[in-house]
Amino acid sequence: MDKFRMIFQFFQSNQESFMNGICGIMALASTQMYSAFDFNCPCLPHYNLAYGLGILLVPPFILFLLGFVLNNNISMLAEEWRRPQGQRGKDPAVLRYMFCSMAQRAMIAPAVWVSVTLLDGKCITCAFCTLVPVETLGNASHLQLSQGEVQRVLARIPCKEIYNGQQLIANEVAVRYLRCISQALGWCFVLLMTTLAFLVRSLRPCFSQAAFLKCRYWSHYIDIERKLFDETCAEHARSFAKVCIQQFFEGMSTDLVAARCHLPRKAPADAAEAAEKLLGITDWGTMNMALKSWHRCKPPLHLHPPALSTGNGWAGEGQPPTHPSAPRRETAAYYSWV
Amino acid sequence: MDRFRMIFQYFQSNSESVINGICGLLALASVKMYSSFDFSCPCLPQYNMAYGLGVMLVPPVILFLCGLILNRQSLVMLEEWRRPQGRRKKDLAVIRYMCSSIMQRAMVAPVVWIIVTLLDGKCLICAFSGSMDPEKFVGFANVSTVQVQQLLAKVPCKDDELMRNNTSRKAVSRYLRCWSQALGWTILLILIIAAFLARWLRPCFNQATLLQARHWSNYIDIEQKIFEETCCEHSRLFAHKCILHFFESMRQEIKLHSFSLPKEGEGAEGEEDLLRGITDQDQVNKLLKSWYYEKPPLDV
Repeated sequence: MDKFRMIFQFFQSNQESFMNGICGIMALASTQMYSAFDFNCPCLPHYNLAYGLGILLVPPFILFLLGFVLNNNISMLAEEWRRPQGQRGKDPAVLRYMFCSMAQRAMIAPAVWVSVTLLDGKCITCAFCTLVPVETLGNASHLQLSQGEVQRVLARIPCKEIYNGQQLIANEVAVRYLRCISQALGWCFVLLMTTLAFLVRSLRPCFSQAAFLKCRYWSHYIDIERKLFDETCAEHARSFAKVCIQQFFEGMSTDLVAARCHLPRKAPADAAEAAEKLLGITDWGTMNMALKSWHRCKPPLHLHPPALSTGNGWAGEGQPPTHPSAPRRETAAYYSWV
Repeated sequence: MDRFRMIFQYFQSNSESVINGICGLLALASVKMYSSFDFSCPCLPQYNMAYGLGVMLVPPVILFLCGLILNRQSLVMLEEWRRPQGRRKKDLAVIRYMCSSIMQRAMVAPVVWIIVTLLDGKCLICAFSGSMDPEKFVGFANVSTVQVQQLLAKVPCKDDELMRNNTSRKAVSRYLRCWSQALGWTILLILIIAAFLARWLRPCFNQATLLQARHWSNYIDIEQKIFEETCCEHSRLFAHKCILHFFESMRQEIKLHSFSLPKEGEGAEGEEDLLRGITDQDQVNKLLKSWYYEKPPLDV
C-alpha cells in the first residue's frame, strides 16, 4: 500500500510538471516559429497595416486554439458540461474552474508570440510606417509632395533597398522611432500579463480558498473517475471477448465431435493442460473450418452461462477443468491533473 | 516504511533545491533575454531617457513577479496568512520568515538583469547622453543649444550619418560607459558584501527563533503537499467505489428484469467477477447509455 501510494504521488507530481512542460514547449515552439518565419513586408500603403497586424494577431489565435486541442481534458470538460443531470447534480463552479485552468495554460504560447513580435519590432514597423510623424522627425515642408505620394514613400520604410525618401525622412531615424515604440509596447504588454498572472495567483488564497479546494478536488475526481471507468470497461471487454471466444471454440469442438462420432480419449494427466488449450481442434481441416466460421459467422454478443452450455448430451465427462480464477489485477496508478 | 521515509526526506530537501534551481534558471534566463534583446536606442531627445531607463527597470519588475509566481511557497505563505485562525494559532514569525526567503529568491534575477545592463553600458549611454555637458567635449562645444541636444541624442547610434566618424561621439560614449560599469561593479560589490554579512551574522542574533521559524515553515509546506496527495488518493478510491457500485446496481437491475436461472458460484469465477453479470451487447449498451445519461450519485 505504501509503495502504491509513493508511486501514485510520483505520478501526481509528474503529471503537473508534464502539463507545465507542454506549456513551456509550446512557448518555445512559438518563439522558434517566429524566428523561422520569413517576415516580408509588402511596402505598399494599404497592405502594410493588414499584413503587419495580421502577423501580430492571427498566429496567437491559432496557438490559443492549438493549446485547447492538445489538452486532453477538453473532451472531459465538454462531456461534463453536456451530460444530463440524472442522479448527480452539476456544479457550475467546477466547470468554470476546469475551463479557467485550461484557458490559462492555452494563453501562454499566444502571449509569448505577441511579446516576441512586439520586442522584435518588424510587425509594428511594417504596420505603422505610414503614420510616422514626418513633421517632427523629417522635412515634410521642403518637398512638395501630395498626401498620396508621401504615403507611398513612407510605406517603403521597412524595405531599405527600395526606399527613396531620404530627403523626406531618414530611414534609420524612422525605423529606430518605430522600433522604440514597438519595444515599449512589448515590454508594457509583458508587464501587464505578468501582473495579471501574479494578481490572479495571489488574490485567490485571499478570497475563495475553500471554494477553490472544493473545485479542484471535484475536477480531479471527474478526471479519475472517467479514466477508471474506461479501464473497467476495457477489463470487461477483455473478459467478454475471452469468454465469447472460448464458447465459440467449445461450440465448434462439440459440433465436430458430434459430426465424427469419435469417442474422446482421456488425455493423460500431464498432457491435459495442453490438450485443453487445443480446445478440441487438432488438425488442419478443423482449424480452417474454425477460422472460416469465425470470419463468416461471428458468434452473437451474448454469453451463455457455463452451467447451461449447449452440449449435445454427449459430453458425459462434464466440463473440462476450468482454470484457477485469475488473481485480481492491481489497478494501475492513476493520475489526474486538470 | 524506511524506504518511504527516505523518499520523503528526498522530496523535502528536494523542494528547496527545486526552488533554488528555478531561481538559478530565472537568472540565466534573464542574461539570455538581455543578450537576445535587440537594444535599439531611438536617438531622439525626448525618447532616449524613457527608453534607456525603461529597458533597465521594467524587465526587473517582470522578473521579480515571475520569481514570485513560479515559487510554490508564495501560495503556501499567502494561504497561511489569510486563513481563519480556527483551532491553530498563527505565528507571524513563521510568515515573516517565509516572506523574506521568498523575496530573497525572487530578487536574484532582477538584480542580475540590472547588473548585466550596467556592465554592458548601452542603457545608460542611451538614457544619459542627452544630459551631458557639451562644453566638456570638443566636437559639441561650439554648437547651438538646440542642435547640440539633437547631436547628443544621436551619440548612442554609431551608424547614424552625422555620427559615423565623430571622435567626440566616441568620447561621450566611453565616458558614459565608464560610469555605467563603475556603477555596475559597485552595486555588485555592495550586494555581495550585504549577503555575506547577513549570512555570517545571522547566527549571532535569534538563532533559536530562526530555527523554529524554519522548521514550521517546512512543516506547513509539507503538510500542504501531503493534504493534496491524500485528496488525490481519496478521489481515486471514491471513484473506484462509485464505479463498482454502478456496475453492481446494473447487475441487480439485469437480474430483476431477466429470467435466467441464477448461477451457482462455480465455473470460471475470475472471469465472471470481471464480467460483473453483464454478458451481452444490449446490456453493455444499456450500461454505457446509463453511465452518460444518469451518472450515479456521489454517495457510496
